[in-house]
Amino acid sequence: MNVILRNPNREISISGSRSVRALLDELGLSREAHLVIRNGQLVPGDSRLENEDTIEIRPVISGGV
Amino acid sequence: MKCRVCREPAVIDLPRHNANFCVEHFQQLCTRQVTKAIDDFDMLSPSDRVLVAVSGGKDSLAVWDILNELGYSADGLYIGLGIGGYSESSREFAERYAQNNGLTLHVVSLREDYNFDVPTAAKTTGRVPCSACGMSKRHIFDQFALENGYDVLVTGHNLDDEVAVLFGNTLRWDVGYLSRQLPVLDARGGFPKKVKPLVRLSEREMAAWCVVRNIEYIIEECPLAAGNRHLTYKEVMNHIEERSPGTKASFYLGFLDNMAPLLRDKHAKDLDEIGLCSRCSAPTGAEGSDLCAFCRLQERASQVDPVPVDLLLKKRRRS
Repeated sequence: MNVILRNPNREISISGSRSVRALLDELGLSREAHLVIRNGQLVPGDSRLENEDTIEIRPVISGGV
Repeated sequence: MKCRVCREPAVIDLPRHNANFCVEHFQQLCTRQVTKAIDDFDMLSPSDRVLVAVSGGKDSLAVWDILNELGYSADGLYIGLGIGGYSESSREFAERYAQNNGLTLHVVSLREDYNFDVPTAAKTTGRVPCSACGMSKRHIFDQFALENGYDVLVTGHNLDDEVAVLFGNTLRWDVGYLSRQLPVLDARGGFPKKVKPLVRLSEREMAAWCVVRNIEYIIEECPLAAGNRHLTYKEVMNHIEERSPGTKASFYLGFLDNMAPLLRDKHAKDLDEIGLCSRCSAPTGAEGSDLCAFCRLQERASQVDPVPVDLLLKKRRRS
């Protein structure tokens, strides 16, 4: 699957079906601090991600308060 | 995962609610949380003229959108901070949202209207960029609301923002800041009424609101914010939240219930001691000067050549 990461923008390719939660854990990303968008649709932690999917992992933390 | 309400497929899991929600019921949850905050803290009345501080980021566009959904009459104010391409992009997102929804967005530019910008202010004064930026924004939002007859100034501070600030203030036992860390600050002593309707909603929920509502916002982080201490506090609190869902909400809402009332007198006393700036008449607690912090910053930063944001970033990378 094609995985798009933001801040900074980059793309990585990952093979094999897995859950949203497993993908975030594998990449060392906090579930509290990211949304996962599969083929343009927001998906929850137990959704399965497949090889043909395009995944955006969007950080949600901003620094200015 | 199924939606807790309708059993249709969920789009988001919210561990602190131990529940999952579909698009429709996630939006219902968010609007109910904002309504509860508005009602519990007496933030807004239906006839209020509301000004929303809009940055082009997810929180300010989400709060503007939710207030619209709830039927409030709210205009936006965007402040151009002069942070290179980041400021240009964020302004475009703010303007696009306003245009798409037929809303009024006022625009003020630090460089054009005040003759300085955030990179120049940071370099000239040696202040952390976020400090110069936050102080300038607070001053301009307050003044604009008062001068243009708005009843209330709304900001998009969410639960994570409040938790990070509370955590920092508690680490330093900064009683002055703790005493005024409230979801509502009433109009008093030259300040407009200021409210934070998103305090019951997390950053993740606000980003999700924008995704499900197809609201485009600036995803990139401000280049000058990298490494600021609030980001560190948020990382720490998210680490705890993942292991113990609900910690952030109980920390902040527990503070409002149990500690804020004990600090009320301190807040009132601090307000009594505030004077007025001799130049702009804004409230100021500055000692040893008759100018407020913003006028002093403007006085220094407007007298030097503009500092490009890239120059400031290079300097920060070297140090």
